[in-house]
Amino acid sequence: MNADPTTTGHVEARAALLLLADGRLPAGGHAHSGGVEAAVLGGDITGLDDLAEFLRGRLATAGLLAASFAAGVCRAVHAAASAASAAAAASANPASPAGPASPAEPAHAAGTKGVPLLDVLAAFDDEVDARTPSPAQRAASRAQGRALMRVARAAWPVPIQPSSPHHCVALGLVAAAAGLEPRDAALAAAHASVNGPATAAVRLLGLDPLAVTGLLAEIAASVDSTAFEADQASLGSPANLPAGSAPHLDLLSERHRTAQVRMFTS
Amino acid sequence: MHLDHDRRGAVGGSLVDGAGRSSPSSATESGPRWQSPPGTPAGPPPTDRALRVGVGGPVGSGKTALVAALCRVLAGRVRLAVVTNDIYTTEDADFLRAAGVLDPVRIRAVETGCCPHTAIRDDITANLDAVEDLEAELGRLDLILVESGGDNLTATFSYGLIDRQIFVIDVAGGDKVPRKGGPGVANSDLLVINKTDLAPLVGADLEVMARDAAAMRGERADRPVLFTNLRSDTGAADIADWVLALLPSPAHPR
Repeated sequence: MNADPTTTGHVEARAALLLLADGRLPAGGHAHSGGVEAAVLGGDITGLDDLAEFLRGRLATAGLLAASFAAGVCRAVHAAASAASAAAAASANPASPAGPASPAEPAHAAGTKGVPLLDVLAAFDDEVDARTPSPAQRAASRAQGRALMRVARAAWPVPIQPSSPHHCVALGLVAAAAGLEPRDAALAAAHASVNGPATAAVRLLGLDPLAVTGLLAEIAASVDSTAFEADQASLGSPANLPAGSAPHLDLLSERHRTAQVRMFTS
Repeated sequence: MHLDHDRRGAVGGSLVDGAGRSSPSSATESGPRWQSPPGTPAGPPPTDRALRVGVGGPVGSGKTALVAALCRVLAGRVRLAVVTNDIYTTEDADFLRAAGVLDPVRIRAVETGCCPHTAIRDDITANLDAVEDLEAELGRLDLILVESGGDNLTATFSYGLIDRQIFVIDVAGGDKVPRKGGPGVANSDLLVINKTDLAPLVGADLEVMARDAAAMRGERADRPVLFTNLRSDTGAADIADWVLALLPSPAHPR
């Protein structure tokens, strides 16, 4: 995407990434704490230092996982679109050989070429399920995926409409529809994996929002490197994507469902 | 250095930064850890700047009446200023000025753009500006009251803005309100249950409210509950005593 916009008329999509990553996007994220409320109620987070450790751990596990799947799905959606447009061009121009797509075609996720897009996404979705042992976390992820699909329908030409995909799967799909690249989807997912939980901690504990912003700024370089790592890792097949786990977080999520008083859904 | 919002490690640390600022572990170890109210990140009361006390609670529960009552009791005893937060008017500030309980130059109004809880918790910059302006104009103060706009049971202050917070609910909503819990009822430093005179009229049992409130607050002695009827100033002195106990003694005469 290094083309000169003054000669090609094509400007790389950047503003859409800001819109997609905006904490004010009406996609239901405000109701979820990403495990922070469970950790607060369990006594694991009492202040800024605990929160910093929590966020770094979350980024390295759930964050890398979500970013890898978002990037992988985004790449698969672009690949399907390229294949479709190449087929359309070939049928509109039967004189030319209907050979393989141009070298510029995005790489397919391994083993997905020719498979309908909805099935490709289902394969990614199944792999997220396999990496999410906590039913509470699965439900929270699907609720947020559904909400993201709803706002995306109003905002971008989303090619397919899975009903309640995992959030990271929806994020990859929507990022592609918004004209973004896999690395953008990964960045949005990595950002969301720490940003939402951090603001939840402000609300739950009354932490200083300015200090928490300072903390997020400290972590920002790790968010970038996680997104980069995820983009690289997403070139493989869905089954081979990262599978970092946080068993303590899984247990806390299950206990959170039984809490008598909760501020957050998850 | 009264704002304490520099980057972590850059200078001294922030209001909620690490050492000495987390909740005392002895207080949270009573009872099961799960489901106990979270500790607050409040540190010891400050000695190098004015104590900032937040006053929050639902619409119409008596926040402005409480602030006015505190002004009447304390204005002659400590160097006091007030920041009010209104959603789309300056009614609360106007009320305090009209009530004549405090010199109008000591009252500052913040308008909060639809969301009172945002201005006291998620983005506290406008309130910090108001506090900073008051201190710049009035010199050293002992106490700054920050009154929230009326909101709901989850609207609490960030400890980046205030040092202690009072949550005000009232009897008129029925005696079930403390049982509903939420951060204001469970985690505030002082819970005030106002309009006790209405209890017989709405069938509210004050003993039930006291019992539920204490349970929600983890039965903690450092989180008291006071019953008041602020229209007749009943209980205002108790609230004032609670505030005065947080000030370095003796409080400087104005």
